[in-house]
Amino acid sequence: MNSSAEINIEYVARLARLALTATEQAKLSQQLGDILHYVDKLKQVEVAGIEPMAHGSPVFNVWAADVVVAGLSVEEALRNAPEQRADSIVVPKVVE
Amino acid sequence: MNYEAVIGLEVHVQLKTASKMFTRVAAGYGAPPNTLTDPVVLALPGALPVLNKEALDKIIKAGLMLGCTIAPVCKWDRKNYFYPDSPKNYQISQYDQPICLAGSVEIELPGEARNIMGEHKQIPLTRIHLEEDVGKLTHEVHDSLVDYNRAGTPLMEIVSEPAMHSAEEAFAFLTSLRMTMVQGGISDCDMEKGQLRCDANISIRPIGQTKLGVKVELKNLNSISYVRDGIALEIRRQTAVLTGGGSIVQETRQYDGEAGTSVAMRSKEMAHDYRYFPDPDLLPVQVDAAWRATIQATIPELPYARQRRFITQYQLPYTITAVLVPERALADFFEEVAQLCGHPQAVANWLVNDLRRELAAGGIALAVSKLRPAHLAALVNLVEQGEISMTAAKEVFNDMFQTGEAPAVIVMRKNLKQSTDSGALEQWVQAAIVANPKAVAEFLAGKEQAINAVKGAVMKASQGKANPRLVDELVRRQLLAGKS
Amino acid sequence: MLAAKSISASELMQAFVARTTAVEGRVHAFNSRDEVGALGLAAASDARRAAGQARGPLDGIPIGFKDVIAVEGQPLTASSKMLANFISPYDATVTTKLKAAGAIPWGRLNLDEFAMGSSTENSAFGATANPWDLTRVPGGSSGGSAAAVAAGEMPGALGSDTGGSIRQPAAFCGLVGLKPTYGLVSRYGLAAFASSLDQIGTLTRTVGDAAQLLQVVAGHDSRDSTSLSTVIPDYSAALQKKSRPWRIGVPKEFFGLGLDAEIGAAVQQALAFYRSAGAEITEVSLPLTAEYAIAVYYLIATAEASSNLARYDGIRYGHRTHSATDAISIYAQSRAEGFGEEVKRRIILGTHVLSSGYYDAYYLRAQKVRTLIRGEFMRVFQDCDVLLSPTTPTAAFKLGEKSSDPLAMYLNDIYTIGVNLAGLPGISLPCGFTAGGLPIGLQIIGQPFGEAEMLTIAHTYEQGHSWHTKYPNL
Ligand SMILES: [Mg+2]
Ligand SMILES: [Zn+2]
Repeated sequence: MNSSAEINIEYVARLARLALTATEQAKLSQQLGDILHYVDKLKQVEVAGIEPMAHGSPVFNVWAADVVVAGLSVEEALRNAPEQRADSIVVPKVVE
Repeated sequence: MNYEAVIGLEVHVQLKTASKMFTRVAAGYGAPPNTLTDPVVLALPGALPVLNKEALDKIIKAGLMLGCTIAPVCKWDRKNYFYPDSPKNYQISQYDQPICLAGSVEIELPGEARNIMGEHKQIPLTRIHLEEDVGKLTHEVHDSLVDYNRAGTPLMEIVSEPAMHSAEEAFAFLTSLRMTMVQGGISDCDMEKGQLRCDANISIRPIGQTKLGVKVELKNLNSISYVRDGIALEIRRQTAVLTGGGSIVQETRQYDGEAGTSVAMRSKEMAHDYRYFPDPDLLPVQVDAAWRATIQATIPELPYARQRRFITQYQLPYTITAVLVPERALADFFEEVAQLCGHPQAVANWLVNDLRRELAAGGIALAVSKLRPAHLAALVNLVEQGEISMTAAKEVFNDMFQTGEAPAVIVMRKNLKQSTDSGALEQWVQAAIVANPKAVAEFLAGKEQAINAVKGAVMKASQGKANPRLVDELVRRQLLAGKS
Repeated sequence: MLAAKSISASELMQAFVARTTAVEGRVHAFNSRDEVGALGLAAASDARRAAGQARGPLDGIPIGFKDVIAVEGQPLTASSKMLANFISPYDATVTTKLKAAGAIPWGRLNLDEFAMGSSTENSAFGATANPWDLTRVPGGSSGGSAAAVAAGEMPGALGSDTGGSIRQPAAFCGLVGLKPTYGLVSRYGLAAFASSLDQIGTLTRTVGDAAQLLQVVAGHDSRDSTSLSTVIPDYSAALQKKSRPWRIGVPKEFFGLGLDAEIGAAVQQALAFYRSAGAEITEVSLPLTAEYAIAVYYLIATAEASSNLARYDGIRYGHRTHSATDAISIYAQSRAEGFGEEVKRRIILGTHVLSSGYYDAYYLRAQKVRTLIRGEFMRVFQDCDVLLSPTTPTAAFKLGEKSSDPLAMYLNDIYTIGVNLAGLPGISLPCGFTAGGLPIGLQIIGQPFGEAEMLTIAHTYEQGHSWHTKYPNL
């Protein structure tokens, strides 16, 4: 593993869309540093030629036929919306 | 210095399915906002995705039509990024194991003239993968509105190699791709409805240089002519920058088709750390030979192959095939009628001119038109056998188109049968010769067209029912008899 | 449970409502409950029974729901400020099945926020107390489910188990906690923590109750792609049959350093019981699991969680900040305000291990080691029917004791996590008490889809002991 037990909290927090205070950042850096240091032990394991296990069970080809099933009404769909107008979710203007 | 453009396209095509990619609520366009949702579409807590088999079948079909290798195993990955139109804040897509690899799109470049077939070539593809569409944002004055109806629609992403060198080639690529997808029943590819969307990666380099230049991603090419115009503009822009001693910045630009300009988009910070990883909620897909063969059996003839066949088998002119072939329904209709009655050129003329005109005028799709192939075949036969005149045939056609009646019924009802009673005809010819001495004299003096005045008089006398070929024959015979 | 018609469903429901009213102030197992609705459903059940249309053994039985499992029209908060006002517009598949069986959804039960934790202290709505000692944690993350059943507020509850979140609270609260094989019970409607590890299971007083509840919720679901097609046996009937002398494996690493002596002794006594009952006991070894399971778990679980929890953004539902005006800070601020400390910690860790440059070193490697861990279990199962171990290294710890040291808290899951990584079924059942009066849990680990045998073995122990008949003094 090339990783050190370092983590660029600011960068990761931006990726994760989490606003962290300076205090939180400092605390997390230290705690996650400890955890990353702990998980670094995995580099002791010989994994050459081992298939990664990405799923809880090794199954293939699960699907459904293309048959329409009723969904939610607009009322149900927007029931938990923080802000809505014209049967749509309102969000602050997105600048591209 | 002379520059060469290098263009790669990323095309998103919505698959024509009844339900969405990962849930069974209806997919569709034009429904009132947020009426095509369910817990999966809205990414409610606890909702889980389940693949749509039809979407898999359709992308395999697309891949086979484009000569791709269908991967024996493909899987589903999450592409993580936050955006209000993306309900889960990750898009389920295929990252390093897409379902289709390689393949190509055959394109046709413009010919030297409109009636001459242009050069054809194959543009290689990198891959095609399956993913899900996002919702739609409508920007208002102070905020934006989100409608999730489109979210989760099956979307096929077709990535070409950077192998095109002009806006014309890119245009031809998209035209051909669209034609192929429509023919395969894979998508309707209506760009206005967002069923086909295109981004272009464009760079230029001095001719002769093999290293690629700095690439610019051009977005918002949302009509087929914008693809051509936008790319042409970007090539001009880059050429001007380099010629002026500047350098190209790697960026994403938004094309404004109405204004014919493009602007750099605010660079998305860290846009490229998508943290792809295999979606644990979806299992990989294995495509075996049997499945491939089942889909292979449903594949229609490819458009350009069909066009070449129409030219050789039916002796149709290029211009006619260029109209017939892109519309699969029209070309199928053509073959059906031609099979029934022969006379392929006559059939093609009816379809390309009259039928298309009437369909357009009525805003009707061929599939729901009342005109039946057997009826058109019968009409062609009536004309070919001299039973009715061309003028009468046009009238019959229009009636057939409106009512769906058989031509024989219309001919009978309207008494349009061409007169072949040579007794009456002889008399009309005689009268016409007498009434047009000037034309007769000119014809006999060697002016060939002068005969038309006499024939016209005969047709008029017969109220259009005389067989033009017979009239011609009789007029000539009598005029020459009089001369001798 | 309601087998004899000695009391009506309404009387039973009233009794649980009364008991809940009496003890809930001290236990705080519920996030919310609908007494009127529950009593209405009980009356409907009585009407069915009177008409001879009872739907089976669960008809009229109140069942609690961990507050991450969707019940239409009821809150689903995941014990998070983020979802404090969220009402589910749909039923989880397990909910649909329980309703069809006549069971009465009884309350939304507390948990560690988004099931992240082992103490139920990480709840936006306050910690749950252990009914056996109110100064101690009930375990977690299904601590509300465990405490509610232990306190007599309901006869059974659903929980979810990602790394031990059913078995550990069951051990801490003196209950039977069953975590089924991955894919046996549909996850549709379970707010995801780590999709490849999560599994819904049961918390009950007895093995027999666990069998009845599992019977209803198990089975293939077309809405969950990872739900497996398998024949569901009659679990209750299986409890009675003892097919052959069981071969019980004992992983030696699970009895090492860090195991509390009282717990070790209780588990040894359980082993002695099985030996005397004719079982063949062999020592087995799970070296990779013992050494690496926690590291693998925290990489895979947090990576999946960082993506699973991205949907909580205050856009379509959930907490939206009032102190941001542009789209990007709406996300960052809403999530900062809506999530608690442990959730943020795991999201950050999971985001980091998936990020560019780290994926291969952390996530991919963890997945490969996971393959090895499953292989290790499957090899051991060539010679044993089940494995037997303590559920936890210690009994319930004090509220606040470990909340400042996340790594120490994570290490508490050492015996349970391997089961989730390998996708196996596991059950914890009471096997004694510490001198201080705290329950001790015995873990039995089964083979894939070996629930029937695992339950039978657990039931045999339960029949020979009376731990499950003890109630806390509340
Ligand atoms: Mg792309
Ligand atoms: Zn795409």
